[in-house]
Parts: sequence; structure tokens; C-alpha cells
Amino acid sequence: MQLARVIGNVVATIKDPGLVGLTLLVLQPLSPDREAVGPALVAVDSVGAGAGEEVFFVRGREASLPFLPQRVPTDASVTGICDQWTTTSTSTGTAPQTPKHRGRRRP
Amino acid sequence: MILATVVGTVVATRKDEHLVGSKLLLAQPILPDGEPRGGPLVAVDTVDAGAGETVLIVSGSSARMAAGLADRPIDAAIVGIVDVIHMDGSD
Repeated sequence: MQLARVIGNVVATIKDPGLVGLTLLVLQPLSPDREAVGPALVAVDSVGAGAGEEVFFVRGREASLPFLPQRVPTDASVTGICDQWTTTSTSTGTAPQTPKHRGRRRP
Repeated sequence: MILATVVGTVVATRKDEHLVGSKLLLAQPILPDGEPRGGPLVAVDTVDAGAGETVLIVSGSSARMAAGLADRPIDAAIVGIVDVIHMDGSD
């Protein structure tokens, strides 16, 4: 799994039946220091994440597991919203902070 | 999943028997801003996409979870046609 920030979402009317009703989020993978790592990708949301939130996501075949028994053709899924994280190396890292934009909160 | 632009088609007369009937497209992966990223790839189309359209591609073994592709020897499938990409901070 990898850390990421939600930077957008994708709207697709014509899509696989397994994707109907699900939210497609644009993620920018992050290092623990909140630096962008690698290219942005699209992931299916399974936890109600929204724009600006910091999340972790799973890649590969396992990305479809949160939706069982529904068959969802995805290779990336958001599986958690990060409240915060800490690292042991503080020399280069920034202090954990509250994301600037909070999306919808779940009860 | 990655975003990509459909840039062509692939025709193959001799191919694995499980690929007979599959529509193969050539797709150029892009970033959300439309910039190309990496080289083009061949993907099985399940949503009747066409040239120039922006699509969603699922890669790896997950590609076989797309409708009708369960037993096919593929690692990339087009599973959606993108209408619009909303980026945080834009409309």
C-alpha cells in the first residue's frame, strides 16, 4: 500500500458494469514527506475519501477485494483515509499536519 | 488504473485462441493534464472506445475482471470512457 493525496475525480458514463455507482478518484502518490512520487493514477474509492484528503491505497488484483462479492475491475483502490502519520527520520520530513482541504467526513 | 488516449487499433490474424473476438486498441498513457507518460500499450477494449477518446485502463491480473475477459491472456483492458476529469481547485 502507498500514501497518496486525492487531487481530483473522473467522470465516465460509459464503463464496465462492475464500476457503476463507484467513485473514481485521481491520486498523486506521496512520500512520507508529502513529496509527489511517480505519476498520478485513477483509483476506485471504498472509504468515502474526497478532494484534498491524504489516503492510502492498494494496487494490483487485491484492489478489487474491498468490493466483494461484487466484481470490480480495478487495479487501484483507496482503502483508508490517513488522520496522520509519523516517521522516525525528522531531518528531511515536515511535521504531520492537518490536510488543508477536508472532504466529507464519515460518522 | 491509468488514463490514456486511444491512438490506434491493432489487427492480428494469428493470435491466441482466447483473443479471438477481442478488439485491440493502441493507447497512449497520459497524466490528468493530458501529458503523455511512457510508451503506448495494447489493451483489450470492452466499452467500444474509439480513436482520440480518453479512456480508463486497468492493468495486470485485474484486467481479467472486466466483463467477458475472465479467461483471456491479457494484462490491460479499457473499462471506461472518460467524460471529464475534475481536478482539485478547478471547476
